[in-house]
Amino acid sequence: MKLLTLNFLTCARKTCKSTAAAFPLHPKDAELEQIEIDMNPLFVKNMLPRLEWEAMKTLTQELGLPALPAETPAPEELTTEDGEASQVLKDLHVLLMETSVASGKLVCGNCGHEYAVKEGIANFLLPSHMV
Amino acid sequence: MSRPEDTLPPDLFYNDVESRKYTTSSRIRSIQASMTNRALELLDLQHSSFILDVGCGSGLSGEILTNTEEVDGGPHTWVGMDISSSMLSQALERDVEGDMLLADIGQGVPFRPGSFDAAISISAIQWLCNAESTSEEDAPDRRLKRFFDGLYASLKRGGKAVCQFYPKNAAQRSMISSAAIKAGFGAGILEDDPETKNVKLYLVLTVGGGDITGTVSGLQDVDVMDARRKERQRNGTPADKQKGSKAWIMRKKAQQEAKGKVVKNSSKYTGRKRKIAF
Ligand SMILES: C[S@@+](CC[C@H](N)C(=O)[O-])C[C@H]1O[C@@H](n2cnc3c(N)ncnc32)[C@H](O)[C@@H]1O
Ligand SMILES: [Zn+2]
Repeated sequence: MKLLTLNFLTCARKTCKSTAAAFPLHPKDAELEQIEIDMNPLFVKNMLPRLEWEAMKTLTQELGLPALPAETPAPEELTTEDGEASQVLKDLHVLLMETSVASGKLVCGNCGHEYAVKEGIANFLLPSHMV
Repeated sequence: MSRPEDTLPPDLFYNDVESRKYTTSSRIRSIQASMTNRALELLDLQHSSFILDVGCGSGLSGEILTNTEEVDGGPHTWVGMDISSSMLSQALERDVEGDMLLADIGQGVPFRPGSFDAAISISAIQWLCNAESTSEEDAPDRRLKRFFDGLYASLKRGGKAVCQFYPKNAAQRSMISSAAIKAGFGAGILEDDPETKNVKLYLVLTVGGGDITGTVSGLQDVDVMDARRKERQRNGTPADKQKGSKAWIMRKKAQQEAKGKVVKNSSKYTGRKRKIAF
């Protein structure tokens, strides 16, 4: 599961909906993997304003990854003066698109429910009394 | 042939054997590909988008999103949800690029508001019409409501969803479309190859944006069902007040349907200008 996706995923329980603590989910015993994919500058640019940067910072910190800048990078920072992909863009690409949680758990900060992740797939099936 | 939906719940029907058979059948692959391409055409995305694939299965629909060329607005990044772990295993074996959740869409859509540019669903949502258990919470109307409410919230404003589905009958068709409308979507149904055995239905949904025949280019043939549409046309007359216009016909039909009258299924040609024959 890409870190990008983790920036959008919330707890599935009805009781957690619209509580601030249900997002972001917190990784536990997470194993990371790096999967190379082609860089898509336009996609990253499209997603940038939609990212919850605070959640991004929390996640990278909890995963023990290098600290992120304090604020969401600005769109202008994605290209160099000669129109090439900047280091900021390359870093964002690696972070959002290529870094993923291969296994472990995702824990809701509100209800404590643990969603298991195996082979990159998170199990969000809830027992019916939790729906 | 009996409908798989009537035999078993989806996670049991799509077991290891069935999932492999489904995914490796060249006939199925080509049908799913052509419906996914049609859905993409209806979404009319202008640039690389973040897309939810509802009932993604083994990723046959998703890989089309990944492989959409730049000139066609791609490539897209997708996240899939599916209830069958066997289907998802097939997707893993095929090394698809999308992220996937093992999840039941009848339980909701666990993403924060405004996450996705668009959503597609190919041949999946009719499964919601079958009761998962005898519990009231698992009744089709509750499951459809959780799904469409969740889908609506997960899309950004101006976002669209296209769901190709196989309703068993007219009752399922209207149960699905009215659940979508109740969730707040502008909704229309497009019928390809109507009245043939290859008929394909596409539920076209928009989030917060008036007339869907206008928001989606190439959608002149969509039967607009959004009764809450208030958008005025340029000349100041609301579209559905212009007598004889397509929207007007659809509104009349909706009114009659609401009264419980049986209305002829809208054909692809409803409200088209007829040529005058001399
Ligand atoms: C005919 S397959 C289509 C798969 C894929 N979209 C494609 O085009 O190949 C239908 C899929 O819907 C999934 N499905 C059915 N009910 C579901 C539910 N309640 N939640 C999530 N997925 C569901 C099934 O597991 C199955 O993988
Ligand atoms: Zn929770």
